[in-house]
Amino acid sequence: MNAEAAAGALYGGLRIDHVSHRYGKTVALEDVSLALAPGAALALVGPDGVGKSTLLALAAGAKTLQQGGIAALGAAFADRRARESVQPRIAYMPQGLGRNLYASLTVRENIAFFARLFGHDRAEEARRIPALLEATGLMPFADRPMQKLSGGMKQKLGLCCALVHDPDLLILDEPTTGVDPLSRRQFWDLVDSIRQSRPQLALLVATSTMDEAERFGQVVMLDQGRILAAGSPADLKRQSGTTTLEQAFIALLPPERRGGLDGEPPAPSPYLDDTAEPVIAARGLTRRFGDFTAVDHVDLAIRRGEIFGFLGSNGCGKTTTMKMLTGLLPASEGEGFLFGQPVSAGDFAIRRRIGYMAQSFSLYGELTVRQNLVLHAALYGLSEADAVTRSKAMVQHFDLKPYLDAVADTLPMGVRQRLSLAVAIIHEPEILILDEPTSGVDPVAREAFWRELVRLARAQGVTIFISTHYMAEATRCDRVAFMHAGRVIATGTPAELQAAQGAATLEEAFIAYMELGGRSTEPAPAMAVATTVAPVSQGSIGVPRGLFSGRRFRAYAWRESIELLRDPIRLAFALFGTVMLMLIFGYGITFDVDNISFTALDGDGTPESRAYIEAYAGSSYFKREADVVDGAALLQQLRGNRVALAIEIPPGFGADLRRGRNTEVSVWIDGGMPFRAETIEGYVRGAHSSFLAEVVRQQGREVIASANLVMRYRYNQAFRSIDAMVPALFAMMLMLIPAILTALGVVSERERGSITNLYVTPVRKLEFLLGKQMPYVALAYVNVLLLIVMTVFVFGVPLKGSLIGLLLGGLFYVLASTGIGLLTSCFTRSQVAALFGTAVLTIMPTVHFSGLMQPVSTLQGGARLIGAFFPATYFLRTSVGAFTKGLSLADLMPFILTTAAFWPAFLALAWLFLRKQEA
Amino acid sequence: MPSLRNVLRLCGKELTSLLRDRVLFVFMLYAFSLMVYAQATGTSHDLVRASLGVVDEDRSALSQRIIDGFLPPRFQKPAMVSPDAVDHAMDQARYTFVLNIPPDFQADVLAGRHPDVQLLIDATAVMQAGIGANYIQSIVSDEIGRFLRRDAAATPDSVELRLRIAFNQTLESTWFTGAMALLQVINMLAILLTGAAVMREREHGTLEHLLVMPVRASEIMLAKIIANGGVILCLSLISLYVVLEAVLGMQIAGSLSLFFAATAIYLFFAAALGIVLATFAGSMAQFALLFILVQMPMYMLSGALTPLEAMPGWLQTAVQLLPTKHYVAVTQAILSRGAGLETVWPEFLTVFAMGAAAFAVSLLRFRRFLSLQQ
Repeated sequence: MNAEAAAGALYGGLRIDHVSHRYGKTVALEDVSLALAPGAALALVGPDGVGKSTLLALAAGAKTLQQGGIAALGAAFADRRARESVQPRIAYMPQGLGRNLYASLTVRENIAFFARLFGHDRAEEARRIPALLEATGLMPFADRPMQKLSGGMKQKLGLCCALVHDPDLLILDEPTTGVDPLSRRQFWDLVDSIRQSRPQLALLVATSTMDEAERFGQVVMLDQGRILAAGSPADLKRQSGTTTLEQAFIALLPPERRGGLDGEPPAPSPYLDDTAEPVIAARGLTRRFGDFTAVDHVDLAIRRGEIFGFLGSNGCGKTTTMKMLTGLLPASEGEGFLFGQPVSAGDFAIRRRIGYMAQSFSLYGELTVRQNLVLHAALYGLSEADAVTRSKAMVQHFDLKPYLDAVADTLPMGVRQRLSLAVAIIHEPEILILDEPTSGVDPVAREAFWRELVRLARAQGVTIFISTHYMAEATRCDRVAFMHAGRVIATGTPAELQAAQGAATLEEAFIAYMELGGRSTEPAPAMAVATTVAPVSQGSIGVPRGLFSGRRFRAYAWRESIELLRDPIRLAFALFGTVMLMLIFGYGITFDVDNISFTALDGDGTPESRAYIEAYAGSSYFKREADVVDGAALLQQLRGNRVALAIEIPPGFGADLRRGRNTEVSVWIDGGMPFRAETIEGYVRGAHSSFLAEVVRQQGREVIASANLVMRYRYNQAFRSIDAMVPALFAMMLMLIPAILTALGVVSERERGSITNLYVTPVRKLEFLLGKQMPYVALAYVNVLLLIVMTVFVFGVPLKGSLIGLLLGGLFYVLASTGIGLLTSCFTRSQVAALFGTAVLTIMPTVHFSGLMQPVSTLQGGARLIGAFFPATYFLRTSVGAFTKGLSLADLMPFILTTAAFWPAFLALAWLFLRKQEA
Repeated sequence: MPSLRNVLRLCGKELTSLLRDRVLFVFMLYAFSLMVYAQATGTSHDLVRASLGVVDEDRSALSQRIIDGFLPPRFQKPAMVSPDAVDHAMDQARYTFVLNIPPDFQADVLAGRHPDVQLLIDATAVMQAGIGANYIQSIVSDEIGRFLRRDAAATPDSVELRLRIAFNQTLESTWFTGAMALLQVINMLAILLTGAAVMREREHGTLEHLLVMPVRASEIMLAKIIANGGVILCLSLISLYVVLEAVLGMQIAGSLSLFFAATAIYLFFAAALGIVLATFAGSMAQFALLFILVQMPMYMLSGALTPLEAMPGWLQTAVQLLPTKHYVAVTQAILSRGAGLETVWPEFLTVFAMGAAAFAVSLLRFRRFLSLQQ
């Protein structure tokens, strides 16, 4: 550690020293240094994809530091212990609305989960949560699931979760992207009041909205991984000789990154003609979801060449309206029209003339930028040549060249939005329906985009219907509509709307209309409320030390259980599915070979030959089908799988037998399934000898046998398949479903983004893993009990041995089987891979190598080896031993103990594969 | 009508996405190579390597002769067990069979006193117990007969039983278990890959995006079936020719290309089924469970593992609805009985019709499915 870093270690705020970071060959950050004093606030601005998010994730400890030093709150991050000791005092909200929150948990549960992760006890929780809910105005929504919140509320909830443990360093990554103007204002007011009530709180924020950056004491401009400029907003404006931070930002960029910026108001469109029929129209358009009306009798008329803006709070029905106009959602009432035609889902001619961009990124994340462009051009039916020209034009317009071969998922949010836009207009549509296209896009790219829109509208007469949260963008529209709670409350040109409310700016007009529409616009109550209830505690409040905290483990287990319980379909599948499979397999998987259909070719036709055939037909093992008349027909019957056995009796059979001459009978057995063939062979020999014995007896001779083989079928005297198979099936049932249930646990958190909570909260890997596993163990154990009850009462297989042994073995076995799912989940990167991996790793060994089908002692090679290292092998002996063999606890012990050894092994492997920090 | 161009374009997209997931691909390779190999070589459906313990209380020439009669590959070398260790050894599933030769056995045989030999069978080893007992019985009586220097069946065995195994004469089970292992991998992968691909596209909003473009739902489905099915078909081809034919030297009676055609038709069904399942699931976690609940019975009851005749009547009727049952029947017919298209076309048609039905259902449910989880 150099001297500077050492000094940083003592620093109470945040200090970043010469940090560089790369992803493969791409440099994300290059020698970045900055310092943030306690109580100070710093905004990080810059174009999309310059490393803002990377820097914040590093500062939060979510990513592994590659080069340079970071010290926060007096601890250097290079030292794991030091980092972990201060991590409870850092709060981090990653980019994306509610990305680290849990969709099916309610507002209150989300906060409670974080409170528990940070070690608060119930009393503390009960004190803090109401205070935070009160302060953020979320109290009325406390019991609403997170997924049903609007964007602005999600972000407030994120803030509550971040603040529940009194952090000293708060890191927010583009917290207001995609949030409506009112909520945005409330959000920042809330942040301000938090800062007032916690003077030592250091705040680090990334934003793409420059007027937000104005609120901060320090602004750092990043470009291409380097710091371009730093200072107070006033400094930056002075440096660049501009009056707003947005202008300063553009002025400070190197000229080639700047793009032309004129900001001129759009010239009136030459196409606008009030008398012409509107290109997009809605009449009484209504959409209900259950008893909730999302869109309530909306009327719109948008003329050709018009840029029509659509503004309103999050969740007011803008997206639903747009979806109905594209035909994605059917309307409950009313009608939409495009080009004067009623909207119909199947009209391809119209689809080709529309470009649509959905609110969330909906291109193929696993394809590269180039592949996405080419695919969409082709799907819109562009010719090969056109596709190339248009793709090139799009790459240039949206400055996508540096990202052409990057996989879309790895792109920064702003670049992804640009790509979506490019895709939406690649086929030169006549109508563009754009749902918040510029959320999270930096000012330069936004400007370029708007110039493209204006050009399309003015030069080509393209009709543009766009929703946005930026007032500056709204003022560039020909007309705007304000929407609230499913209704359009005002429509007009920006100037008209301003004049109608006597407002100086469009934003004021917007707020005035929102109030008229019934939306509460009062500022958020002061955060002081929260802090008086929950006084600032010092240091790492109640964070349990040591290797394992029961409280954090319980927090994860509790959260996972709630998610499971909120998904009744999954629960039902898991419980009834087991019952159903057991019934099917219990009756269906049987090795009792009987009812073997056979045909006879009786070339003799004497009483003797008929008696011979009767020796078969009389047995319950065989079922006689119609006789055949020649050899060819006999083979045909066999080949067509209509019979499994054919008996051919030669002419003269009866005569030979009567005269005591040797004769023969030919029997054909279908060898297609070896097991069945061998069993049939045994039966045939039996039927044959009983026929012979009968002949001998009729002739009055004595049957001579030198010795008798007395067969004793042990454990299952009746040799009923069901008695042995049903207990053996336990091993299969309790492997597949529990493993598949657990398999998505970790990997789905990774896909959703909530894995961040593992990276940045004090939770340890073991607590996380066990917390994720235990709810499924409990569920699987219900299955154990269900299976036992079914076996005894439905299948009538008595439990002859130790119940305790069975219960104990079952417990260890479900620990092992859920452990396999957990392990697969830790080393796969996609849910598909986790599912298939778990299926491959469990189904085949369970069915084939564990003794279910054939005894393990007769397996060989790889199969034997896999069987030996698979828990099902040992549990199968436990369940069969306990049920059918009647073994005592002591006899079962070796199997139980071996089964028990698998759980720690799987857990240890999962622990090794799981990372506490992102690479 | 679906446009071929769009289908091909979407296929290309599917392939790119599929091949990008390395871990998944490793699992796929593993399943098609090592898993099929291990199952084909390691397990068998006939009696091999049966474990036998012997309690020899006679220690005579005859008893030794009987013991020496148990030969590989049917039996492992018999292990000597002391009388009081029998119970424990059987409890621990060490031996499936224990043969107890009583004291003075040889003397009793020679004196014509017909002594008893006791055979203990672990009846929980369902698959081997019955067959094994038959074998042991014939070995014991053969050896005694030879010892007495007369034919074992010297009883007036005037009717000779000529047993012939039609098809697969050696009752070789490697190819059978191999082909069945292949079926399982195909079945699992086809349902899972296409189904999960649909789930994933919905979760990421990409399906919706496709539907505002001039693309038909049928094109999206077909592309998924063709692309995922194609990859699986290629892998099964490799598995068939490399693992089963080249490495294991599987000898088959019928035409491989016919078998391959059957596999392709089956894949069409399985992939379409994957999409149908996906349209019924609200989330990936639900899809996973649905997959298990549907896939396992389809495989276990297909006749690949257990004889169908043994099932209760209602179940036998029900399994007629399983395409896996027909596929297994076709496989056995082609691979072991050398059946040609003229014999198996009804099954081909049945599986194809089921595939077409699944495809139709998935199309019908498609739009509803999009709005299922919003």
